[in-house]
Amino acid sequence: MSLPKPDELLTDVDLHKTPEENWMDIKPELKRGMYCGIVEPHTMEDLGLPNLGKWQAYDEKWPLPENWKEIVRKEILRRMEMHRSFKLFMDICVRCGACADKCHFFLSTGDPKNMPVLRAELIRSIIKGEFSTFGKLLGRFAGARQLTEDVIKEWFYYFYQCTECRRCSVFCPYGIDTAEITIIMREILHKLGIAIDWAMKPVQNCYYIGNHVGVPPQSFKENLEFLTWEFEDITGIHIDLDKYINRKGAEILFVPLSGDYFADPGIYTMLGYIVLFHYLDLDVTMSTFASEGGNFGFFNSLEMAKRLHAKIYEEAKRLKVKWILGGECGHMWRVWHQYHNTWFGPIDFLEVPKSPITGTVFEHAKSNKIVHIVEFTADLIAHGKLKLDPSRNDHLIVTYHDSCNPSRALGIFEEPRFVIKHVCNNFVEMPENTIREKTFCCGSGSGLNAGENLELRQRGGFPRANTVEYVHKKYGVNQLVCICAIDRAVFPTLLEYWVPGVDVGGVHELVANALVFEGEKSRTEDLRRRPLKHPVKGVDQPTEEGEEG
Amino acid sequence: MNALISFIIFGILVGIPWFGVGVLGLDSLFGIVIPYVCFLVFVIGLIYRIVCWAKSPVPYKIPTTCGQQKSLPWIKRSLRDRLESPFTTWEVVLRMFFEIVFFRSLFRNLRADLQGKRLIYGSAKWLWLGAILFHWSFFIILLRHIRLFTNPVPEIIQGLDYLDSFIQSLGVPPIYITDILILAGLTFLLLRRFIDSKVSYLSYGSDFFPLFLILGIVITGILMRYSLKVDLYAVKQLTLGLATLNPTIPEGAKIGSIFYIHLFLVSSLAAYFPFSKLVHMVGVFFSPTRNMANNNRAVRHVNPWEYPVKHYTYYEYQERFKDKMIEAGIPIDEEVQPEEEHEWYSLYMIGSKLPPKIKS
Repeated sequence: MSLPKPDELLTDVDLHKTPEENWMDIKPELKRGMYCGIVEPHTMEDLGLPNLGKWQAYDEKWPLPENWKEIVRKEILRRMEMHRSFKLFMDICVRCGACADKCHFFLSTGDPKNMPVLRAELIRSIIKGEFSTFGKLLGRFAGARQLTEDVIKEWFYYFYQCTECRRCSVFCPYGIDTAEITIIMREILHKLGIAIDWAMKPVQNCYYIGNHVGVPPQSFKENLEFLTWEFEDITGIHIDLDKYINRKGAEILFVPLSGDYFADPGIYTMLGYIVLFHYLDLDVTMSTFASEGGNFGFFNSLEMAKRLHAKIYEEAKRLKVKWILGGECGHMWRVWHQYHNTWFGPIDFLEVPKSPITGTVFEHAKSNKIVHIVEFTADLIAHGKLKLDPSRNDHLIVTYHDSCNPSRALGIFEEPRFVIKHVCNNFVEMPENTIREKTFCCGSGSGLNAGENLELRQRGGFPRANTVEYVHKKYGVNQLVCICAIDRAVFPTLLEYWVPGVDVGGVHELVANALVFEGEKSRTEDLRRRPLKHPVKGVDQPTEEGEEG
Repeated sequence: MNALISFIIFGILVGIPWFGVGVLGLDSLFGIVIPYVCFLVFVIGLIYRIVCWAKSPVPYKIPTTCGQQKSLPWIKRSLRDRLESPFTTWEVVLRMFFEIVFFRSLFRNLRADLQGKRLIYGSAKWLWLGAILFHWSFFIILLRHIRLFTNPVPEIIQGLDYLDSFIQSLGVPPIYITDILILAGLTFLLLRRFIDSKVSYLSYGSDFFPLFLILGIVITGILMRYSLKVDLYAVKQLTLGLATLNPTIPEGAKIGSIFYIHLFLVSSLAAYFPFSKLVHMVGVFFSPTRNMANNNRAVRHVNPWEYPVKHYTYYEYQERFKDKMIEAGIPIDEEVQPEEEHEWYSLYMIGSKLPPKIKS
């Protein structure tokens, strides 16, 4: 299957035209390239989860269990008992339509069922039709309909066309959060045994091997070794890795993201963390078992999310650290910030985080004992503890993408901007309506960064890419910086399609490239071997040529 | 189609009291019994809804943050940040205040347009304006009506009445500003459901119905005041009787069907209210993405149904990778012991115990 050219992809989108038929009459049509493959049964069995055997979503007849209706009804009622949010959000929507054109999937498909309000109606209509007397009586007039197998297909299609980015909830006058609804609806699909491979395989890996991509401990170390050799080759600075891996008694446990030690360009961000640790001679270590800060479990069920992250606290206990530092990632920080404390608290075996370099006590994390590495670094810079030469990033014109969940579930806006402005000289913002709390998702979050749904991803990422294109053309932006590992994994594909010529990286890659080390050698390249604008003069005599790697 | 059915239902609702009072002369049914019953349905229904929401716990603290978090002391948080990403209870209260009184989130509204291959965003405050006009006018009109249920009328209500009616028309009585504004607001909200293709597509009959109903109430109210005059003295006798639980239909005086239509529509709205989307008025107070503080890492939130889950242990992991770890020079933990079986539950795992029943 080939993806249409960028100029042709959106020709079918008209945001002001709606279908002739009522949405309830439109049967779900699963379009190729817009949905993910169904999970392998053994993946589910390994985790003790129900599954429907070997099948695919394009099968005409889905192998639903015989009592599927009963399961769905029971699970809906149960979720309403468990979550006030769900019950309330089902009741109070007035269909004002403020959310309609806020969703990146609606803006790039024009499919009315991608308007957050209709996405929620997919389940709201069933609740009315199944449980409400008025709903049963008034039927479609009150927005009620019957539960059929087509509804399940529709749920599968559209609740896996939501990246749980929460943009709509910013604009909703009642704060209705589609992410919450999507989380719950995916849970209900899970109860039927319906799950996607791309969201479940990483869970299986993370559960048994420690991280989503299934990197075993020896490869974890090898990957980092490769990075530090490369760093040594470029700067002449040797980093001893041993203390950073599974060392007991360190002060801090750092939890990285597998995306950052697995593939380009995330690896440069990973290198950035380690370079920073080395620069500070920080008493920090990582666990090869808790080697995943991200949480694909969250994209399947809250229970699965909890099962995956228990190991972070178990490892903190085993390694006898005082507090935990987390890498740059998106949904990860929603989970860490909004769920960890409730799941694993009270966390009384750790201490209130205190920066050993600046003495700053992170009061805002006093209960949970977890600090975002961008907060940590911002504090270092504010106290003048880093010798930085921002001109080393002069070859870059940087823009910053507010990753969706750190923005709308954490509110981390100033810290990354503070850091970026201290490590580079050319920083421009994207248009005002598309940054900070109004930021757009990359289009591939929440377990949707697969290959088979590439069209969905390129469409969903279009609003973001469109603003990158704007600053690329207007200001010559050639580097997008973000604080999410999924961003770093999917933006290269997205931008290559929509805006070729813009590289992607994390904040700490820029930090590391701007750090001035004592005893460093001359170099003419940055940490990913792009030519520098101003060659760095090191302890050796500055050379005109610079050495090649 | 949806709108048409709504309008027909609305028409029937207008016809019932017109026929019932005008033809059958059932004054006390429409003047006393129905208003009381509907008012009771309103109160009990609303309490039922509130209890129903309150019974479900809030398992997680999930505010939507629209401003800078409170983190490092030197990071400045503007007043806006504090309202949009509240850390303290006071900030939450203020956030809710702005949300409920000024429709803060709706004020943010944007419109997006796809022009060729470019998405353009513009401000779109019309919905906010229409909503504000309607809700505020409705609220003030409701307050003004207190004069019908009190004797003597509290001064504050008299003052409100005076302020609202300072536009003096040539004839008597003076025109209420809120009468004009609520008509403008409602007309906008209704037209929007017809004209905006997206909103029109997602509107149900039950979205048009309350608009027709309220519009009907407003128009009958206005008619009563400015053209089809009713015997105000008799009306007040009736309403005061209702309020003091001593209801009587005033003898002799003919109040006029228009009043009964107005009253019946109000009664219908009251009875319809708790069972429709109109409960957003109360529901908005419960919204967990707005009424919770963004202080998760500083203050722990407790979930009443949290249950222990099954997870993989480091011991099992180390057993599996021991040789590879030794080979790679990664330290082995000699002290680690297999974990004792701990109790765990699951909503998903086959053959597992279900978590204990939710306490509410």
